[in-house]
Amino acid sequence: MLGNEAIARGIVESGCSVATAYPGTPASEILSAVAAWQKEEGATMHVQWGVNEKVALEVAYAASQSGLRAMACMKQVGLNVASDPFMSAAYLGVKGGFLVISADDPGPHSSQTEQDSRLMAMLARVPVLDPATPAEAREMVGTGFRLSEEFGVPVMLRPTTRVCHANQDIEPLPVLPHDRRAAFEKDPRRWAATPVFRHQLHLELEAKLKEIAVWPVTAPRRLNPETSSRKAVVAAGVAAAHAREVLDDLGLWGAVAFYQVVQPYPLHTPFIDELLTGFDEILVLEETTGVIEMQLRDRYKVHGKLSGTVPEVGELSPETIARLLAGYAGSPEQETASSPAAGGRRPTLCPGCPHRSAFYAIKKAAPKGIYPSDIGCYTLGLNLGAVDTVLCMGAAVSQAAGFYQAYRLAGEARDIVATIGDSTFFHAGIPPLIDAVAQDARIVLVILDNSTTAMTGNQPTPATGISACGEPLTAVDMEGLVRACGVKFCRTGNPRELPAFVPLLKEAVAFARTEGPAVVIARHPCVVDRRQRENVPPRRKVEVTERCNGCRHCTESFECPALVFDETSGRVVIDVMTCSGCGVCIDVCPRLAIGEA
Amino acid sequence: MVKQQIIISGVGGQGILFVTRLLAETAIQKGMPVLTSETHGMAQRGGVVISHFKAGGFASPLVRPGKADLLLLLKGENLAIHRHFLKPGGTVIMNAREVPADRGELEVLAVDADGLALKLGNPQVVNLILLGFALTARGRERLFCAGHDVVEVIKRKLAEKGKLLAASLRALEAGMGEGNEG
Repeated sequence: MLGNEAIARGIVESGCSVATAYPGTPASEILSAVAAWQKEEGATMHVQWGVNEKVALEVAYAASQSGLRAMACMKQVGLNVASDPFMSAAYLGVKGGFLVISADDPGPHSSQTEQDSRLMAMLARVPVLDPATPAEAREMVGTGFRLSEEFGVPVMLRPTTRVCHANQDIEPLPVLPHDRRAAFEKDPRRWAATPVFRHQLHLELEAKLKEIAVWPVTAPRRLNPETSSRKAVVAAGVAAAHAREVLDDLGLWGAVAFYQVVQPYPLHTPFIDELLTGFDEILVLEETTGVIEMQLRDRYKVHGKLSGTVPEVGELSPETIARLLAGYAGSPEQETASSPAAGGRRPTLCPGCPHRSAFYAIKKAAPKGIYPSDIGCYTLGLNLGAVDTVLCMGAAVSQAAGFYQAYRLAGEARDIVATIGDSTFFHAGIPPLIDAVAQDARIVLVILDNSTTAMTGNQPTPATGISACGEPLTAVDMEGLVRACGVKFCRTGNPRELPAFVPLLKEAVAFARTEGPAVVIARHPCVVDRRQRENVPPRRKVEVTERCNGCRHCTESFECPALVFDETSGRVVIDVMTCSGCGVCIDVCPRLAIGEA
Repeated sequence: MVKQQIIISGVGGQGILFVTRLLAETAIQKGMPVLTSETHGMAQRGGVVISHFKAGGFASPLVRPGKADLLLLLKGENLAIHRHFLKPGGTVIMNAREVPADRGELEVLAVDADGLALKLGNPQVVNLILLGFALTARGRERLFCAGHDVVEVIKRKLAEKGKLLAASLRALEAGMGEGNEG
């Protein structure tokens, strides 16, 4: 089972009734796997993609308030979006077990930041569990629900990329009955607490945390009790798995006392005493911030991130851990293999991707424009020089308006063409579009509508009309929504038909210059979405003719991986292994040297 | 117990996850504990993709540099960026027309999996051709499993997908055939 499938298995096994999520790497596969296990087990559950993480968390929280077990999952930056209800729910507490899964991405591999969700848990005063392997992650789901119900608090499970996307042999366990019925008990002093009561709730929360810090179930585990040493290694998350293997490999299993922390916050108080009195030196290995380390008072004997021993940035790779452990235990430095050569192929939009044509058209329609963009596959428009900024979900729209206002102060007008994906638009693009209309920001917004959340594995959007379990749902009308925001220019076009799409964009740019915000919906199915396969036009066999003079316009401005400049012939050739047969390059070549064979 | 660490590398879209999971299921079938680590997210869009595969009782899902027994390169060009994972004397199995000159102390075996895939009329099966080749190259068993073990798992995995199953087996066998010849 993939780590995310193991987590999903734990959720269904724990009798969880409501599961919600917004997709984001490395957490995306959890909810689809919940849907799959639910179907297989015939469990009574509500499984849904939320329009964003805040909505997902709030939907799940209400189920917990009604006495059901509930789970909301997201990636770490998604928790930023959901932080408002997350912080507040910690004070109000829970009825049914409530698990918030926030998957971190040290590295980062596929994220804007490598922030540590355990710090968010600390900020919210929520206990957090930190699994080292897929098997542990599955087990911790059950422990998390127990902890949540025993103390009446939300609990966070914080897996990292290396747990989510590790695969391990795991046997499924029996599923607890999903037989609880919603029973919301009105208690406005708690559920709708005013600041006076919040003070009281905060006192209660701090008292609960003190008890959780001595709860035996989640106490740190001593993995080599037979070893006696004045030096201790304390590790959490996948760093504990790496350390375990490395200690064994380097023959250091008997040289240092080795502990795994499963609940980094609140750190168990008896453990803190045991460490500080029982050892002369303590090395802490954790990702990404020194959360355990900062809870160890008297840090004079502690080596970690704050002391500068352990790198504060990036993933703690097994080789880094090997180097740290060898140095710490005083064993001869391991011969390290030569470091890797940098480079390798950069990611790019797929061949045939409609976004590529949309970006190409944007550069034609507003060649000197500013191009704010957003989070998704289309961030790769960077390669085409059609993406100038990427901040966070939904920011393309507000930043476009911000650029407009900044230039307006000096009486200057710039064409500003923002791009945002359909799922990202629903997630966080609507309030800034309303704002742009209200503030009369003269911008063009191109909604890259491929009818799916492509980057994370083709999850449905609110406009798809399909649930997480594949059942039909109401499909939201995107054009209607844009018009309802007050946008006067809203037109839809197919970006792969450049001869019609470029003029449409030019019209939008002209409208924005004089009238107000304009929206163009660039609609074409994602070419890798299995659900939409029959909506993709049939392949065309494309060839480069003798007219090609090797000007490289297509390879540089269109950047399709199937168009390759051949040094020997001085011409562009089509890589048949990669070509998707979309035929858009036929309209791109200025010399008409590309045609249908 | 046999222990084996393998790095599988290529670019997004080549089916690296499929090969990794196939090997993982084969290991489980043989009663070996298995841990793998996959690349998901943006890199899957045509960028460098790498899988770590460890069978036979490990704690960490990642292969340390200098520890891999085998490097399976679905894109030959990745040799430079991933060769440091191999242990001294380890084996590279690569998709390339010819073995590169700079092979150091490594055993490097190449198969033109792209060319074979085109011959089979299916660019999607480069992954299975290379795996097939790895199973038999120079008539030696380098993997923890044999060709028939993998065939069995493919048959089970794709049991309900007749056409895909046939194409996959054909590709694996083409690769195995090539390995036996070399």
